[in-house]
Amino acid sequence: MEHYLSLFVRAVFIENLALSFFLGMCTFLAVSKKIETALGLGIAVILVQAITVPANNLIYQYLLKDGALAWAGFPEVDLSFLGLISYIGVIAAMVQILEMAMDKYTPALYNALGIFLPLITVNCAILGGTLFMVERDYNLAESAVYGIGSGFGWALAITAIAGIREKLKYSDVPDGLQGLGITFITAGLMALGFMAFSGIQI
Amino acid sequence: MANQIKKTVTDPLIDNNPITLQVLGVCSALAVTTNMMAAFIMSIALTTVCAFASAAISSIRNHIPASIRIIVQMTIIASLVIIVDQLLKAYAYEASKQLSVFVGLIITNCIVLGRAEAFAMKNPPVMSFFDGIGNGLGYSLILLSVAFFRELLGTGKLFGHQIVAVASEGGWYIPNGLMLLPPSAFFVIGLLIWAIRSWKKEQIESPDYQIHQVHRTEVL
Repeated sequence: MEHYLSLFVRAVFIENLALSFFLGMCTFLAVSKKIETALGLGIAVILVQAITVPANNLIYQYLLKDGALAWAGFPEVDLSFLGLISYIGVIAAMVQILEMAMDKYTPALYNALGIFLPLITVNCAILGGTLFMVERDYNLAESAVYGIGSGFGWALAITAIAGIREKLKYSDVPDGLQGLGITFITAGLMALGFMAFSGIQI
Repeated sequence: MANQIKKTVTDPLIDNNPITLQVLGVCSALAVTTNMMAAFIMSIALTTVCAFASAAISSIRNHIPASIRIIVQMTIIASLVIIVDQLLKAYAYEASKQLSVFVGLIITNCIVLGRAEAFAMKNPPVMSFFDGIGNGLGYSLILLSVAFFRELLGTGKLFGHQIVAVASEGGWYIPNGLMLLPPSAFFVIGLLIWAIRSWKKEQIESPDYQIHQVHRTEVL
């Protein structure tokens, strides 16, 4: 239990996908104008992460890994070069299902997210989470915890920057930095802050 | 026709740049800009994938059912990335070893899917091809300028060649280690956006909240 808890804390703070590994930056910068939208997207990312990381873990463990096909009678087959295309296939399918479900049940959120919902597919945070899971060779339970934790960390980061930006709009920013420019600078300062977590060992 | 192609290619360079205006493809702009060589190879790889993916998706755009379009697009992009990856391994092994993770990350680069979704699904293949080239070049421009500042200020080198003599080797320049850390990429891109928008005034975003101008006489 303790092991899973520390894995969760690591995934949320120390190895924050957005601010320590700089994954999922496009959506992070573009959809962080309002806290509500940012929170909605954050929840969508948690959902997609929690489903895709364990799903890809199963695919990796039982189909792609070197010698994984031993149960089917092919112990010498190594399909790991098919990794990227299978993971992205699973992710794209999950996002499409989520998109259709949201269109039906929460149309307001669906319209608010606009083009960025299909872009969750190319959110590097999602593929990044899966690739880290493969690299660190997590088992099914660990990958479930890691998926939820990393998604939660990303949601936390985007909600935090949305909060900062909501206050920031009342400040007197130079014309050329207005909007995107000042957001980059703010994200840079947040990233510097999150670098402080990198020294913590759990 | 030629005019239209020229416009499609040059428009994304500054006026409609994918990174500084459309906010696409930022992740790799942060990750591969610590040296010029990596940024240069990444730029070529991305421009190639973006151009051919747009052309391929555009040529079958009328046969893709809307509800599964993302999966179709991703499969095409992923196959192209695997081809680029294999080509790099075969002909530029050293470079491919240096870039291994980042080449895979082209799949998740939103410029490719963003252009497929926004342009290639509505336009014929030839135009889409040039749109892909244009956006790839716009991306390359930003990537190379960011890498220029980060490599020069961080190590005093360009493309691995010593440009200014660093203090550890008896020179005068003390390298700024912060430029090699990821947060500096945010600052460099932010300042770059500031520079571009000071030049192209029409790109300036209007503020959400107008600050009331208080005149000195009113206060008094």
